[in-house]
Amino acid sequence: MSNIAARQTSQRYAYGALIAATAIVVIPILCIIVYMIVSGAGAINWEFLTQPPSQAGKAGGILPAILGTFYLMLGTLIFALPIGVLAGIYLSEYAGDNWLTRLINLAIINLAGVPSIVFGLFGLGLFVLAFKFGMSLLAASLTLACQALAMIITTSREAILAVPGEYREGSLAIGVSKWQTIRYVVLPQAMPGIITGAILALSRAAGETAPILVVGAAFFLPRLPTSPFDQFMALPYHLYTVSAHVPGMPKVTIWGVALVLLCVVLSFNILATVIRLRSRQRGI
Amino acid sequence: MTTSYTLQNNKITHMNDIKLMAERVNLYYGTFQALRNISLGIPERAITAVIGPSGCGKSSFLRLFNRMNELIPYARVEGRVEIGGVSIYEKSVNVVELRKRVGMVFQKPNPFPMSVFDNVAFGPRRHGVSSRSQLEDIVQRSLRQAALWDEVKDKLGQSGLALSGGQQQRLCIARVLAVEPEVILMDEPCSALDPIATLKIEELMRNLSEEYTIIIVTHNMQQAARVSDMSAFLMMDRDRAGILIEYAPTREVFSRPKDRRTEDYITGRFG
Amino acid sequence: MPRETFHKNLRELQDDVLIMGSMVEKALDRAMQALKQRDLELAKQVVTDDNNIDKKRFEIEEKAIQLMVCQAPMASDLRIIVATLSVITDLERIADHAAGNAKIAIMIGDEPPLKPLIDLPRMTEKAIDMLHRSLDAFINHDADAARKIVPEDDEIDNLYNQVFRELLVFMMEDPRTVTRATRLLWVAHNLERTGDRVTNICERVVFMVTGKMEEMGVSTY
Repeated sequence: MSNIAARQTSQRYAYGALIAATAIVVIPILCIIVYMIVSGAGAINWEFLTQPPSQAGKAGGILPAILGTFYLMLGTLIFALPIGVLAGIYLSEYAGDNWLTRLINLAIINLAGVPSIVFGLFGLGLFVLAFKFGMSLLAASLTLACQALAMIITTSREAILAVPGEYREGSLAIGVSKWQTIRYVVLPQAMPGIITGAILALSRAAGETAPILVVGAAFFLPRLPTSPFDQFMALPYHLYTVSAHVPGMPKVTIWGVALVLLCVVLSFNILATVIRLRSRQRGI
Repeated sequence: MTTSYTLQNNKITHMNDIKLMAERVNLYYGTFQALRNISLGIPERAITAVIGPSGCGKSSFLRLFNRMNELIPYARVEGRVEIGGVSIYEKSVNVVELRKRVGMVFQKPNPFPMSVFDNVAFGPRRHGVSSRSQLEDIVQRSLRQAALWDEVKDKLGQSGLALSGGQQQRLCIARVLAVEPEVILMDEPCSALDPIATLKIEELMRNLSEEYTIIIVTHNMQQAARVSDMSAFLMMDRDRAGILIEYAPTREVFSRPKDRRTEDYITGRFG
Repeated sequence: MPRETFHKNLRELQDDVLIMGSMVEKALDRAMQALKQRDLELAKQVVTDDNNIDKKRFEIEEKAIQLMVCQAPMASDLRIIVATLSVITDLERIADHAAGNAKIAIMIGDEPPLKPLIDLPRMTEKAIDMLHRSLDAFINHDADAARKIVPEDDEIDNLYNQVFRELLVFMMEDPRTVTRATRLLWVAHNLERTGDRVTNICERVVFMVTGKMEEMGVSTY
């Protein structure tokens, strides 16, 4: 009988420990978010979100930064998504099981762990200087795309491998070619996973400061970028600058920028979660 | 229906009506030999059952005829496999075309995660049929042939996965029928189904065999006895390669088998 | 070993056939005894015991059907059961012939005998011997032994012819013997039919072993 009692006690201890661990993680995050909202909500108004900055950033809005972040995301998407998905398809469906493929897979996984400043320097050397794109949206997008590529390839590959082999077999067995099978059976099934992975990669890129710092972000550009070769402002860089390099910056403004950035990243993640949940509901 | 007989001493005795033929086929997965020296001729428009203990190579044998073995790395086939008198392991053979002529139904029903209509229309669409009315005709015809039309005609837009197990399997059969094959390979099609669904599919098979050549792998001997015209008994040799022990009309195999090993397997004297 | 219970039941089924067979052999023997020795009590016993033989037959049939329903027998197992069903039918008919002879013994009662019975007991002995050996072949699954028995039916047929001619002569010479002679003729007929039934059993044994129905030895009658 004491065995049962002992097991029950250990169950309760385990339960308690897990709850405590969760609390330790969740509570500080909630606190930070609440603090941000309280501190920065005051700065958020229509003017803040739609006007360019004035007085060297102390007044006015942050529209260029918001727009710059938006353009960066678009560029990253355009460069990273097609290549990443196609590479993911090749690696999971066509590449043979040999040392070369394994090496490539390993390299990609490691690439995802490379510090972002390294990507920034790489982008500087290749896109800004060697290709002569200069400090521009184009160079920055390409740099962020390189970083996002690793994650997109990995998640695409996993999403495709997660599609049950039975669907492939069922399709091949009625005389449908391999590519048609991939295009009409595997990809649609894998799409939620691929999209989720892409959105998460993008949201990470939205928050990157180091690469764009090196490659093209400006602090004060009252006019909006009109071509990919223009310089640009971006939220993470803006936040860094106003918090560290502008004396006399109103605190509420700083927190306001942080809040906007948080909302951007959060909305990406929520979107990814919604897609994931909806695809599960569809009974796949 | 005239039946065609086995090869005796590796010489074919009856050539009438043979639709598929294997001649001295050896199948290897890498260095492991899965099938050894298999020779037999499968009659058209009849049901041939392949029986034998687990692991003796029945599924591998079945997949010789639609070259699905090639999905497994290092698979290698020696010998001759013919359909309608033409070898199918030549470089000139288009595998995709072959698999249109030789369709396959699997042990676990695997409808696509699409609507019933899209499931059945999938094959024809990929082969170029785009007219909606044509597709509707094909879908209706195939579902009727698979004895599923009455049950789903009002729910063609419903997901294929929402059907019961037996219905899903019939949907998979309809999917195969939609591409108008000549041969239907069935790999233990009923083993995941309840007894009533099983009987429905057996009835369906009998009806289909008037138009199509059917090969069924089954580990259920009563089913083989109920459903098939010819039976082939495969067994594992000492080195685990599959060999053909006996191949004859079903009523012969089950009432007076010639080989002692067949007798022992059928009467349950060894598992 | 898989299916050990089933195969044990199958052997018991065949043993039961043998038991029924020995009951039938006894009936044939005693009926002839009763006839020879005018033993009316023995004759009545034979008639009553025929009910037991019928009961035994249905018992075996029940068991056979149950084995078929529950075990789905195949190949040689199936042939054993099918052969069993056929053999017990033949045995039951033979038993009826024996009971018929016993009834005739009762009918004859203590009428004076036409002649000492020699050929009829010989027919009976031969029939019993053939029956016994056919059941041995059945339990031993010995098709060759079964085949050898079949031609011996000719002996019984020849004896029948002899008895027939003899009794005919009796009846032609003295019409008052017709009743008695006819009764004895019927006994001979019963024994001749018994011989044919035994050849049926032998055919079934061959089928059971080889899977083929061979027509062996057509009866002259």
